[in-house]
Order: sequence, then structure tokens, then C-alpha cells
Amino acid sequence: MNPIIRTENLTHTYSVGTPFERTAIVGVDFAAHPGEFVGIIGHTGSGKSTLMQHLNGLLTPTSGRVLFQGEDIHQSKALTRSVRFQVGLVFQYPEYQLFEESVYKDIAFGPKNMGLSKSEIDQRVREAAALVGLGAAHLEKSPFVLSGGQKRRAAIAGVMAMKPKVLILDEPTAGLDPRGRTEILDNIRTFHRETGATVILVTHSMEEIARTVDRIAVMSDGKVAMTGTRGEIFAQGDALEQMGLDLPEITRVALRLRAMGIDLPGDIFTVEQAVQALLAYKREVAGC
Amino acid sequence: MEQIFETQRLSFQYQTEPGVSGALVLKEIDLSIESGSFVAIVGHNGSGKSTLAKLSNGILLPTGGKVYVEGLDTMDRTLLLEIRRRVGVVFQNPDNQIVSNLVEDDVAFAPENLGLPPEDIRRRVDAALKAVDMYDYRLHAPHLLSGGQKQRVAIAGIIAMRPRLIVLDEPTAMLDPQGRKEVIDTVKQLCREHGITVALITHHMNECIDADRLVVLSDGEIVLDGTPVHVFTQVEKLSELGLAPPETTALLFALGQMGLNVPLDALDVTACAQTIYDSISK
Amino acid sequence: MLKDITLGQYFPGNTFIHRLDPRTKLLMTIVYLVCVFTARTPIAFGVVALYLAIMIIVSNVKLRLLLRGMKPLIFLLALTGTLNLFLTPGEPLVSIWRLSISREGIEWAIMLILRITMMITGSFILTYTTPPMALTDGIESLMRPLKRIGVPAHELAMIMSIALRFIPTLLEETDRIMRAQKARGASFDTGNIIQRGRAMLPILLPLFISAFRRAEELAVAMESRCYHDGEGRTRMRALQYSRDDALTGLIGLLLLGSIITLRVTGL
Repeated sequence: MNPIIRTENLTHTYSVGTPFERTAIVGVDFAAHPGEFVGIIGHTGSGKSTLMQHLNGLLTPTSGRVLFQGEDIHQSKALTRSVRFQVGLVFQYPEYQLFEESVYKDIAFGPKNMGLSKSEIDQRVREAAALVGLGAAHLEKSPFVLSGGQKRRAAIAGVMAMKPKVLILDEPTAGLDPRGRTEILDNIRTFHRETGATVILVTHSMEEIARTVDRIAVMSDGKVAMTGTRGEIFAQGDALEQMGLDLPEITRVALRLRAMGIDLPGDIFTVEQAVQALLAYKREVAGC
Repeated sequence: MEQIFETQRLSFQYQTEPGVSGALVLKEIDLSIESGSFVAIVGHNGSGKSTLAKLSNGILLPTGGKVYVEGLDTMDRTLLLEIRRRVGVVFQNPDNQIVSNLVEDDVAFAPENLGLPPEDIRRRVDAALKAVDMYDYRLHAPHLLSGGQKQRVAIAGIIAMRPRLIVLDEPTAMLDPQGRKEVIDTVKQLCREHGITVALITHHMNECIDADRLVVLSDGEIVLDGTPVHVFTQVEKLSELGLAPPETTALLFALGQMGLNVPLDALDVTACAQTIYDSISK
Repeated sequence: MLKDITLGQYFPGNTFIHRLDPRTKLLMTIVYLVCVFTARTPIAFGVVALYLAIMIIVSNVKLRLLLRGMKPLIFLLALTGTLNLFLTPGEPLVSIWRLSISREGIEWAIMLILRITMMITGSFILTYTTPPMALTDGIESLMRPLKRIGVPAHELAMIMSIALRFIPTLLEETDRIMRAQKARGASFDTGNIIQRGRAMLPILLPLFISAFRRAEELAVAMESRCYHDGEGRTRMRALQYSRDDALTGLIGLLLLGSIITLRVTGL
């Protein structure tokens, strides 16, 4: 299968020619396939958000290319603009960009900019609101009277309503309480399941990644340091630690048990998996 | 033991419009904090925990009941400065509590407000910056620091007042894991090494593991209160409240449900693995 | 990016000028500006330029930075220069179509460009060598005598220093909101003036809301740190004049004296 979006030897330098010149990413080759749920993880300053903003053409590469469905997104202005709608980008703390007088109008901002018909916009707004669990009663309210979690979900719906083929979210759960975090992640999973779009989750929470994604790309020092399945990535605990990243707590417990001589599979990331594996192990030992 | 902070049947409601009061955010809370202790206060958004922080130093005043800081009543406006220099509050967004664009000048802000002589201010600023390990950054501009560093500067700005109690209102909510660790380590150190009483308000259970006491707020009421182990092991009660215990406790609890005989009081990774090992290899 | 604006930026250093009391630097800048606008003859300009050159050398300000700081003003300079070149009345030297250039026009244009350039370069040296906080401290201290006639010197200085503190934060925030709205298809560079104005709404509104929220949180944080008003407040870094300041003051008087003499004598 061909990737829906990929970068080729992508390099970006900020403020070229000033004392503030800084190269954020170097020679990055990143690809995501149709329908995939990818996680990008890395600590602050690793280049995640620079990479992310290239994928929908907000930033222009200093060198290298970004290809959407095989085409260089900067080959024409029209294509760059259309890619902006097909690759939806949700920034950190997206609730700070709400501005319309009603939630409805705010969600409609993207679709309106796409030049869609009124009925099409209406349908999309309602669908997107439903995806994030906002009902008709919320749509007529001012976004500024909603709770923190609701504001965040309204802002995410504003990007979902553009029906992007690729949805990128930067730390969508930052600053929320556990309940709010679970809700948002559920919304994103629902969007992924129902639309079949590619979803790219950018985060520094290993626990979140462990529970959600198919494949992980780890960024460090402006490069993609490793990519692979959760199992493949979490098996390299030492390398991750050197990049300032911690394994999920449960994975660390499992690794510790393995070191103590209990033979567990290497791909344990959640409480449920750990319980299953430990029970299986116990049965096996008892069976001997 | 001496109580440094005490609320008596503390209630609070915001005015939604002039003359109209909203729902009760805090409902007749009795909470005392022991001098020198590290207390964590947990609850989801809307539980009233941030309101409690603002009531602790008289930014907000009780609509019912009392708040006492070392016996001083926050309702007495003549005691306001005395109360505020005793209770330092650190807020969530480090950007919005740093007043100066030079780190050491920001830390000097509170001592300057207290009217201390310049030499004293200098001494306090240096000591505060060293205590949060930001002394090397004293001549930096705050907006160029990382989130964790900014928050440590904000904490230094508070300890330069030499308060008896520091209340931190979700100080790590906007930080990455690295910054979160820096801030929590700093807070623990302030309590253990400098003897400052700490009240840490958070919704990250992992940050409460080393607290002496964990108080859970829900809908303006204290619903759980005890050692972290005691609170974490109430797994069902916590999930009812929309809170999650640390994953290690969740794992031990789940194993217990499956009939394994595991105690629930192992909080860190090593202890958790050891507990499971002991139980399984028996 | 917006962050790169260098206008009014401080560059740390430890030169003679960096070490001067901010009040001295403020007063010297005022003296210098008066001189720039009093000077009329080539000799007088020469004296001021010499002073400026010495300042640049002593303060170790990189010429490249100075020039880059001037870049946004080139258009303004060119416009003022051209207008004065053509519009100053006098005996025409060259006439093109209905426009004519006179000797007086050339002189005026050169003088204006010189004045503006010198004025800006001189002020740059002040901000390049003085941390913004020191600058506001200096202004507060200089304005203190005005308190008696009701000028809220402390409050003004506080407002200024907070503004300085939050400019980078708000610029960064503007940048972020702009990118977020662009990601939803907003465009800020097409359409006529009214359309462009309307297009700014999705940026300005969130920015205002955020600025108000920040202001509110900052006020609470300041109160929590025992801020009441300027009364009884002390400073960690008390301003103090040194011998260097006296020397600099002497140079300033000398400069002012010579420029006034030149003006009076018409040399």
C-alpha cells in the first residue's frame, strides 16, 4: 500500500540568517498509510511539532519534500491549499482558538472556508459535533460558556468537520483531568473507526500511546530515531530512556518481572494485558 | 502536632451575577494541615480544589465558615499581608505569574513588596533560586525557559517570601513529563529538606505517591482522606469518582480480583514487581 | 517569524556603556536627541556623528545588528527623503515634468535622512545596552519628582515592565493562533481591505480573550505575592550613580554646549 502522506529527507531551519537560526528537523523520512493510527512521541524540542506543521503545508521545507498521495504539496498553490483541508491539524490547547459567537459557527469555520454548500456545512457540523459528544443543545451556546473539556472537544470538532483524510493532533489531552483525557481519546478513536481516516497522535505520554496506536515513530534531536510497532519500540527501553522518554509503567513492571526470571511476553503495555499474561504464566507453571 | 492551616465548615459559592449566587463549590469543609507535612489534594475539574487554593491566602473569602492561617482569620482584612506572606500560592500557568523579564528580578518581586532592605532581598533571591536549582539561570529571560524551568522560577518567587505553607494549584498540568518531574522533585525537596509545609493540588495520582497524606475532593466535599496507600487501594471508590489510581495499584487490584493473593500497597514499579513475583512464585 | 523582531531588544554585554546607570543613559539619550535636532551645519552634524561613532565603538554594538534594525525603516526614510526632495521650495536645479529639485530640497532631504538615522541609531544603543527592567527602573526614578504633581510614576513603570514582559509571550501566542486558523483554511493575504480586516477577527478575538485571561491570572498571582501598591516597596537593585556616570554627564554637557555654540554662531 502506498503511504497517504510522507516526507522525503525533510529538513527545516527556523530564522535563517539571524542570530536565532535553529535547525529543528534534519533529513526526516516519515510515512503514514491510509487508515493507520500512528503515534509520534518525543520530548519537547525533539522536532515533533515542526514535522507536524509540514504535513499540512503550514511550514515550507528548507529542503526535502512532503508528498500527499504521491504529489509534492508545494508544487502548486492550489494543491497546498487543498492539502490544508485534507490534512487536518489540531494544535495544542485548541480551545484558545475558538472565536465565533456559537459553537455551531465555530465548527463551521473550516467547512465554510472550503466553500461548501450550506446544507453540506450543516450536515458536517452536526456529524462532527456528534463525534465528540456535543449535542444540539451545545451547538447554539457560546463556546466560552462551555467547560474546559467541552471547549477542547468543540475545537477538535472544528477540524474533524473538514473531513480530513489525515487528522493530526498535538497533545490533545494536555492539561485535562483523567476523565477529560479518556473522553478525548475515545472521541479520536471513534473518529478513526467511523471515517477510516489516518490519525496521527503527537504526544509525550507513553501510557496514551500504549493504549491507542498501531505504530509509533520516536523523534529525538530533530530526527526520527525509531519506528515500529508498540512491541518493537517498547523493547528498546534503554534507548528510549537515553532520549528522555519513559516506558509505560506497566511495561516497566513486566520488564522487571522478566528480569526476575518470570517468562512474560515482551509486548505488555496495559493493565489488562499484564493480567492476562500473568494468569497464563501462572496456569503454565501450575500445569508443570 | 501544630496545625498550620485550618478550615472550619468552609463553604464557598461564586456570584454568577450581582446579588445572585451560584451552586456551592465547597460544602462545609473541615481540613487542617499539619506543620511540615506534604499533603496532596486530588479531584477532577470542578471538584472545588482550585477554589480552595484561592481561599487559602485570602484571594477569595469564605461565603460560609472560616479559614485560619496559623490562627489568623482570612476574613480580617488588616491581616491580609501577614496571611499572604505565610501562605504562598503557585498557579497552573507559569507564564501568567512571572512579572519580570529577568529571572532574578521576578524572584525579587515578593520580597520587594514586603519592603525588605536590598541586601536581604539579594540573599533571599539567591537562596530561593538555589533551592529550586535555577541559580545558573538568574540572568535569563523567563520566556526563553522550558515550562518546567519557568514553573521552578515561579516557585522560587514564592519561597523568597519565606512562607510557612506553599499551596501549588495544578503546577504540572501544562508541563511535559520532564518538566513535571522537575517540579515534583523540587516540591518534595522543599518539604523534606527545607521543612516547608506543602499542599499539592493535582489530578496526577503518580505525583501523590510520596505525600504524607492524600485528600480527595469531589463536588466540594472531602470524600477520601488518608495515606496514599489507603486512598489508592479504594480502587472502586476512585473509579466511581472518575479518578484513576496509579497503574501499578490498578494492576495489583486487577490481579486480586482474579483470585491472586496480592497486597495493594506497592506503589512504585520495583515494589509492584516484587509483590507480584512473591505472589506468583509461591 | 514575529519573534525575530529586534527593535528595542537588549543584547547583554559588559562594556563601559552597559555598566552605566540607566538614568544616565536615558538622560544622555535625551541630550543626544536634542543635539541631533539642533544641529544644522555640516560641522555640527560632524560633531554629533563623532559622538555617535564613539558610542557605537565603546558599546561594542554589532554594526550588522544596527543595520538590520534599520531595515524596517528604510521605506520610511526613502519616502520622507523623496517628498522633501521634491516639495521643498527653492530655485530649481533640475526639472522633470512638473517636478523640480532645488538645492534647498537636496539639503533638506539629506538633513532629514541624517537626523532620522542618527535618532534611531542613538536610541538603539540605549535599548541594546540596557535591560528593559533597568530602563523602567530608570524611568520610574527619573519621574519620581513628578509624583508630587500627581503623576503615578510607580504604576506607569509597573505597567511598562509588565508590557515588556508579556510582549514576547503575546507575539508567540499570535503566531500560534494564526497558524491554527490557517490550518482551518483562514487566509489573511487575499481580498480587499475590508475582507482582510474581517479575516483578522479569528486572530484578534482569541488573542483579546487570552490577554484578558492572562491579565486576570497575573493580577491574582501578583496579589498572592503581597503586591499592594508602590507604598513601602523596596528594590533589590538600588540605582546608584558612579564616577563613570559623572564622566559621562560631563561629556554630555560638552556635547550639548558645543552644539548650541555652533548653532548660535551659525558655523
